[in-house]
Amino acid sequence: MSQVLLDVRDLVVEFPTRKGLVQAVSGVTFELRRGETLALVGESGCGKSTTARAVMQLPRPTSGQIVLDGDDLVAAGKRDLRRLRRRFQMIFQNPIASLNPRKRISEIIEKPLKIAGLMDAEKRRQAVEELLETVGLDPAVAMDKRPHEFSGGQCQRISIARALILEPDLLICDEPVSALDVSIQAQILNLLEDMKQRYDLTMLFISHDLAVVRNVADRVAVMYLGRFCEVGTSESLFDSPAHPYTRALLSAIPVPDPTVTPKPIEMIQGDLPSPISPPSGCRFRTRCPVASERCAAEVPEMRDLPDGRAVACHHPLVGA
Amino acid sequence: MADPTTNRPLDPVRPTLSRFRRMRPTTGKSGQFGIAFWLPLAWLVLISFTAIFAPWIGIQDPDSLDFINLQTPPNDAHLLGTDHLGRDVLARVIYGARVSLVVGFCAPVVGMLLGLPIGMIAGYFGGRIDGFIVGAIDTFLAVPGLVLLLLFSLIFGGSLLVVTVSLGLLFIPIFSRISRAATLSFKSSEFILAARTIGANDFNILVRELLPNVVLPVLAFGLVAVAGAIVVEGALSFLGLSVPAPHPSWGGMIAGGREHLEESPHISIFPAIVMFLTVLSFNLVGDTLRSRFADVREAAI
Amino acid sequence: MAAPLLELTNVSTHFHSPAGRVRAVDGVSVSLEAGQTLGLVGESGSGKSVLARTIMGLLPSYAEIPEGSAITFDGQNLLTMDRKARRAISGPGIGMIFQDPMTSLNPVMKIGQQVYEGMRHHFGTSKAAGRQRAIELLTEVGIPQPDVRIDQFPHQLSGGMRQRVAIAIALACEPKLLIADEPTTALDVTVQSGILDLLQREQRDRGMTLILITHDLGVVAGRCDQVAVMYAGGIVETGSTRSLFARTRMRYTQALLDSIPRLDRPPHERLKSIGGRPPNLITPPPGCRFAPRCAFSDAQCESAIPPMQADEADATHSFACWHPRDPEQTAEEVA
Repeated sequence: MSQVLLDVRDLVVEFPTRKGLVQAVSGVTFELRRGETLALVGESGCGKSTTARAVMQLPRPTSGQIVLDGDDLVAAGKRDLRRLRRRFQMIFQNPIASLNPRKRISEIIEKPLKIAGLMDAEKRRQAVEELLETVGLDPAVAMDKRPHEFSGGQCQRISIARALILEPDLLICDEPVSALDVSIQAQILNLLEDMKQRYDLTMLFISHDLAVVRNVADRVAVMYLGRFCEVGTSESLFDSPAHPYTRALLSAIPVPDPTVTPKPIEMIQGDLPSPISPPSGCRFRTRCPVASERCAAEVPEMRDLPDGRAVACHHPLVGA
Repeated sequence: MADPTTNRPLDPVRPTLSRFRRMRPTTGKSGQFGIAFWLPLAWLVLISFTAIFAPWIGIQDPDSLDFINLQTPPNDAHLLGTDHLGRDVLARVIYGARVSLVVGFCAPVVGMLLGLPIGMIAGYFGGRIDGFIVGAIDTFLAVPGLVLLLLFSLIFGGSLLVVTVSLGLLFIPIFSRISRAATLSFKSSEFILAARTIGANDFNILVRELLPNVVLPVLAFGLVAVAGAIVVEGALSFLGLSVPAPHPSWGGMIAGGREHLEESPHISIFPAIVMFLTVLSFNLVGDTLRSRFADVREAAI
Repeated sequence: MAAPLLELTNVSTHFHSPAGRVRAVDGVSVSLEAGQTLGLVGESGSGKSVLARTIMGLLPSYAEIPEGSAITFDGQNLLTMDRKARRAISGPGIGMIFQDPMTSLNPVMKIGQQVYEGMRHHFGTSKAAGRQRAIELLTEVGIPQPDVRIDQFPHQLSGGMRQRVAIAIALACEPKLLIADEPTTALDVTVQSGILDLLQREQRDRGMTLILITHDLGVVAGRCDQVAVMYAGGIVETGSTRSLFARTRMRYTQALLDSIPRLDRPPHERLKSIGGRPPNLITPPPGCRFAPRCAFSDAQCESAIPPMQADEADATHSFACWHPRDPEQTAEEVA
C-alpha cells in the first residue's frame, strides 16, 4: 500500500567484553513501510533494544545497511548523520532518567530546534507550548518546571513532545511504557496512537510485553539471542504462532481471567545460553521442545509462509 | 543474564519506602537545615565579615609593636591580650583570617577550575584518554604533597600567590576524580542518549547536559576542600613556609606563641581555637550541603 | 471454622516526612486462612509493599503504626510482642521473598550458606546437616547441579535462578506464611511462569499460606484463592478470585481491569485509561480516595469515605464504593 521508509539489511552489532566479543545482533533484516508500526519483542538480552539503538546509530552498528528514505545511515558521515537525525527520533524506557534533571521543561523540549538551528526564540516557545498542549500537559504550568516535579507518566509525555518537535518520520519507542503503572500505561499508549495519526508517524516499537504489542503493532518481529525467529502481522502471529519460541512466549503471558488455568509454558526451562558462544544451528534449539539434529547442524533461514509471514525454523508449527 | 532494567515499574510514586529512607536526620524540625548548619554558618559569616572589613571595624594595627605591654593577658584594651612583641592578638587573628580565607577559598577554586574539566573529559570520552588521565593523576598522587609544597616555596619563595597556586595544584586529583565519577554516572543516562539523538555534539553535551549535573557534587565537596586548605595553610605558616614573618597568619601566630606557652598560653590558644572553629564550620556546612545535593540528585533521577 | 492464620484489623502504617505524615497504609483489615493464597494487587504507591513490610516487622525508624492496629498471626498479636519474640517468628513463622533477587541475596556469601544460615540460627542445625538440607532444597526449587551451585556466589547465577535461591532460603525455615513481594517483576515472562509455578507447588505441598504481592492482575487471576485490591493505602475490594473477577463491584478494580491491553482484543483498539494520577498520601481526598479519578463519582464520594460492604451474592466478597458496578450488567464492557 505504501513505500518502504526504513530498510534494514544484515544488521550486525558487536560489543567487546572482558569475556570476549558479544554479537548482540547477528544479521537482522527487516523493512518498515510508511505509516506502519513494527514491534520487536523478546526477552531481555535478545538484542531488541540494541537493534533499536543501532537504527538510531547509538552506537553505530558493526556492519549492515540501514536505509531511511533513500539515505544510508550506516554509510553517512558524521555531519550528514547529524542533519539526518531530525527525521528519526526516539523515546526511552525510563521517563525520568531521559530528561536532564537540571533543565526546565521548556529548555528540554526546545533543544532539538536549537541544535537544528530552526526558528527564533519566540517561535520556538510557541512551538513548545503547542506541543505540550498536544501531549496533554498545560503549558502555563509545565514550561518552567523541572522534571522531578512530574510523575513518570507526565515525564513520558514530555519525552514524546521532545521527540516530536522536529516532526520526524520515524519514531523509535524503546519500552516506552514498561516503567509505568497499568493505568498510566494505557494513557501513554493512547497518546502514542493519537500522535501517530496526527504526525503520520512510522513506529519501531520495542517491548517485552506481548499484550502491549498486540495493541500497538501492525506487524511483529520476535527476537531470540540476536536473531529474528518470526515476522508477521500481529493477527497471524498471535493467533497461530509458527515458531516454537513465539508459542512459548505467548503461553507464558498471565491472563487476567481466573477461569483460565495457567498452562506450563512450552519451552525447556533453563538459562538463556551465553551470547558469547551461542548454540550452533538454530539458537533456540537448546530450549526448544521440537528440536531435532538438523536444528543443531543447520542455521534455519528466514522463509516466507503462504500467509505472508516469515519464520526461521526447520519445524514450523504452521504451514510447513 | 536478566536485564535489571526491564519490566520494573519506575513511577516516582512507587518506591515509597526508599523515598522516605532518604530523609535524613540532618534536616531538622523546621523541615530544612538544623542548628548544626546555621550555627557554623553564622560563625563563617562573622569571620569573613571581620576579615574583609578589618581596617574599618576599629581594631588595632596588627603590626604595631608595644614593648610596654608584652604578653599581657586578655584585658579591656586588648580583648585577647598581646603577644611577645606587644601586638594585639585579636587584630592579628582577624588579619590572619584574611590569609587563611584567601588561601582556603582560592586554592580549591584553582583545583576545581583545572580538575573539573580534566575529570569530565576523562569520564566522558573514556578509552585511551581516560587511561592516560587516570594514570597521570595516580602518578601525581604518588608525589608527597608536603614535599611538593616545600619545593615550590623554596623555588618561588613564600608568598600568598605561591601558596595558593601550589595548594591548588594539589587539589586537582581529588576534584578530577569526583567530576570523573559524576560524569560516568550521568554519561549513560537516557537524557544524554536523548541529546545525541537530536544531533548534539560532544561539546554541547559536556557543557549543556553534563556540567550542570556534575558541578553540584563538585561544589559540595569544594566547601570541605576549603577546610582542608585552611589546615594545610596553617601547617605551612607554622613551619614558616607561607606568607613571610611580620604578616599575621594563624599558623604563624601559633608557632610564635609556642615558646611562651607556659606563661602566656593565650598567644597560641586563641588563633588555634579560631582556626579549629572555622575548619569545623566549613566541614559541617559542607557535609550538610553535600548530603542535601545527593538527595536532590537521587530524587531527580 | 478454624481461626484464620493471619488477621489484620484496622492496620495503618504512617511515615514521618518533612512534608507531613504520609498515610502509606490506612485502616486495612483482611484475614487469611491457613493454606490459602492471597493475591495483593495494586499500583505503585498503593501501599501493598509497605503492608507486607508491616507484617514482617521490617519498617524503618521513621514509620509509625498508630494505636488501634492489630496483626494477629497464629493467635499472637505481632504488634504488641517484644522484639525477641518477634524475631523468632521471622523465618519459621513468616518468610519473605523480595522483588529484586540481585540485591536480596548477600553477594559475598556462598549460596549454600545463605540457605542454611536461617536453619542454624532458628533450629541449631549442624553445618553438615544444614548443607545436606540446602542441597535438597536447591533441588526442590529446580536448580540444576545443586551440589555445585551450593558453593557458588549469587553473581554466578541468572536472575531467575537467584529468585529460586531466595525461595529456597525462605523455605529452609519451614514458614507457615510466605510473603512474596513482586517476586517476578524483575524477571522475563518465560522465567516468571516458572517461578510462579514453583511458589504454587510449594504452597500446595507444604500446606503453606502464601501472600503474593503484584501489580499484575494476570498473575493473581490464575494462581490465588483470594484477591485484595489496594488503592492509595487501603483495600478497596476483596473476595474470592472467581467472584472478584466475575462480579467486579468497585469502580477502581473495574477501571484497572479495563486498562490492561489484552491478547484477545484487536490491534489499535483504544484502551480505557484512568485519567489523572493516584492521590498524595499526605493530604488524601476526604472521601473515597479514587473519587477524583472516577467516572462515576458524585458529591457523596468526594465527602464521605465509603465503608466496606458485602456483595449480595457472595458474603466473602466485599468492596468500598458508594456507586458500585452492577455485576449483572456487562454492556459497559462491550461499549
